[in-house]
Amino acid sequence: MIEIKKGIPLIDQHDENGFYAGKFGGSYVPETLKKPIEDLTIAFEKLRYDESFLKERDYYFKNFIGTPTPFIKLENLTKHLGGANIWCKLVSKATGGAHKVYNATVHSLLAKRLGKKYIVGDTGAGYAGKMLSMAAAKFNLKCKIFMGTKDISRQAINCFSMKSFGAEIVPVDSGSKTLVDAVSECIRYWVANCDTTHMAIGSTVGPNIFIKICAWSTAQISKELKSQLISYFGSVPKKLKLLNCVGGGSSAAGFFNEFIDDENIELIGIEAGGPENGKHAAPLTNNCKIGVLHGAAQYVLQNSEGQIEETESIAAGLDYPGVSPLHCFLKEAGRARYTSASDEEALEAFKLVSRLEGFVSPSLEPSHAFAEAIKIAPKLSKDTILVVNSCGESSKDHNIIAEKLGYKL
Amino acid sequence: MTSHTLKKNFDKLKEKKETALITYTVAGDPDKETSLEILKSIAKSGANIIEIGLAHNTPIGDGKEIQNSAHRAISNGILVKDLFDIIEDFKKNYSTDIIIMTYYNMILQFGADNFVNECRRTKVSGIICVDLPWPENKEFAEKCKNNSISFIQLVAPTTSKERLNKIIKDSHEMIYYISMLSTTGGDLKSSPEEILKNYNDVKNIDPSKKYVIGFGITENTISALKSADGLVVGSVLCKEITKSIKSGQNPVTNVANMIVKLKNKIQ
Ligand SMILES: Cc1ncc(COP(=O)(O)O)c(C=O)c1O
Repeated sequence: MIEIKKGIPLIDQHDENGFYAGKFGGSYVPETLKKPIEDLTIAFEKLRYDESFLKERDYYFKNFIGTPTPFIKLENLTKHLGGANIWCKLVSKATGGAHKVYNATVHSLLAKRLGKKYIVGDTGAGYAGKMLSMAAAKFNLKCKIFMGTKDISRQAINCFSMKSFGAEIVPVDSGSKTLVDAVSECIRYWVANCDTTHMAIGSTVGPNIFIKICAWSTAQISKELKSQLISYFGSVPKKLKLLNCVGGGSSAAGFFNEFIDDENIELIGIEAGGPENGKHAAPLTNNCKIGVLHGAAQYVLQNSEGQIEETESIAAGLDYPGVSPLHCFLKEAGRARYTSASDEEALEAFKLVSRLEGFVSPSLEPSHAFAEAIKIAPKLSKDTILVVNSCGESSKDHNIIAEKLGYKL
Repeated sequence: MTSHTLKKNFDKLKEKKETALITYTVAGDPDKETSLEILKSIAKSGANIIEIGLAHNTPIGDGKEIQNSAHRAISNGILVKDLFDIIEDFKKNYSTDIIIMTYYNMILQFGADNFVNECRRTKVSGIICVDLPWPENKEFAEKCKNNSISFIQLVAPTTSKERLNKIIKDSHEMIYYISMLSTTGGDLKSSPEEILKNYNDVKNIDPSKKYVIGFGITENTISALKSADGLVVGSVLCKEITKSIKSGQNPVTNVANMIVKLKNKIQ
């Protein structure tokens, strides 16, 4: 049985080789990257306790990102479902429209400290790319974003933002033409340019140091939520469930982070179940085997030979065959529960939440989390509090949703 | 004791003052049978060591040319079992040392013990695993050694002096020196003189071992680097296969012709 060490942050639960529970994570990288990764690790482990760095981070989080993001009760949805009280952490109100802004900002600040002039990142839904481009413009870094060609066409609005912020979008046309290929190409680019360039992986995936930086950045979400819960309820409610969609897992890791030690609180991660009768992108839900993807050991969709399998999801941000070692660890320790919602369920959730709660307009990724809330809320007691992280704003998905629902735009 | 044949091979080359020409092609590119024929023609044309790639579909260290080859091989259904069939067939008539190059997930899913056993059965001399660096590779390297297989450590221009010492100490007879910051197949970024200077610094840490240079070696750059113990050409050959397919020519003869050209340039 895997134990989570009490009082130790989630990102520090790994051993000296970067493995969580001895088997998830690590740093399976080409030799060329060993040194840059070591340099980044040393810098980050120092800066995360450095007063001036923390002050800088907090300054940008507060004034540029606009934290804290709202914490609101969804009265109409609660009444409609007739069970648990449903609340929402409206992370989509962060500047740029999604949680990806935290990781992007921290990486840009790190790049400055490391004296790098160039920054590169991957993106699926386009939010990680949009945010990195935005932060890079602010901090005078030249930015390249790697993005699958399938995602470029389905998330065109975020590409527009990236271009406006002066970033170069590098189209990746190999494999499934989605996030997995974008991350591979981004890592390959870094192998060849690690002397001048900082890499910002867009989620809690990749070699361990990138997982740590990302989850450290998104942890802001649960820090805010904790104090918001206390200010509304007087203390953290006993019957509390947190729901978050899981692609790579950065949003969920940040949402769960402050609550890991409090076992009364149920943590629920929702993966992409894909189209009914189609492929999926849910390695935790479907008990996939452990494999190595993008430098880390994790549960991953693969065939018996070790080739990574293609995935399918209506939500580009969840359309990834692997999942963060942090979530593999939380699953293995029995601390979090993982399930999936299908494309159709996510669309239905989008419709219902939008109609009843106009202020919340979740993108297709958090619509997966709402789908689970809609499923379980009616069966739960009225004193149960469900909090859904609405971590992305829907405008990037309007074309996809309109087409599916038959709206004329 | 690690690979006997690899050591003997290098000793002989040293006696003859010859630079080892090391090739890389992908098993199953463009298909299983042709890739075996390519290996045979490479051996006949004078290559000294043959690397054979076991393709993985999320390669984080390979450039376009090798990705294309890997993609063809996987699309044509190449399996790990086929790789060992190809090697076994090859070894029936040729004694050229064979080194497998792959990514760790392929070994992990096949089972590290099974993989090493198959290597021993089919007389593989060495294994290169792109994303299993030192010290993560210690246990696997030991397993290889116990089965008379060389685990080939990679070192790069970014490898620190301290790491170099430790890696070379733990290495077997052959060490792969990555010439520059690049994925496979990039254009040479530094001058051959500069590469050789760095290479010699590495080699001087333990001159009793054999050091080969790879990445960015082409028809144009190979002769300037011939003072190395060995030189690896991969992308050039993969590109030759791609070109042959596109122009409806025979990749087996085109690769063989390229080997002869390359070998001549380092004689
Ligand atoms: C709005 C939104 N939610 C969720 C995700 C999934 O990523 P992660 O699991 O890292 O939060 C993405 C990724 O692009 C996203 O844009």
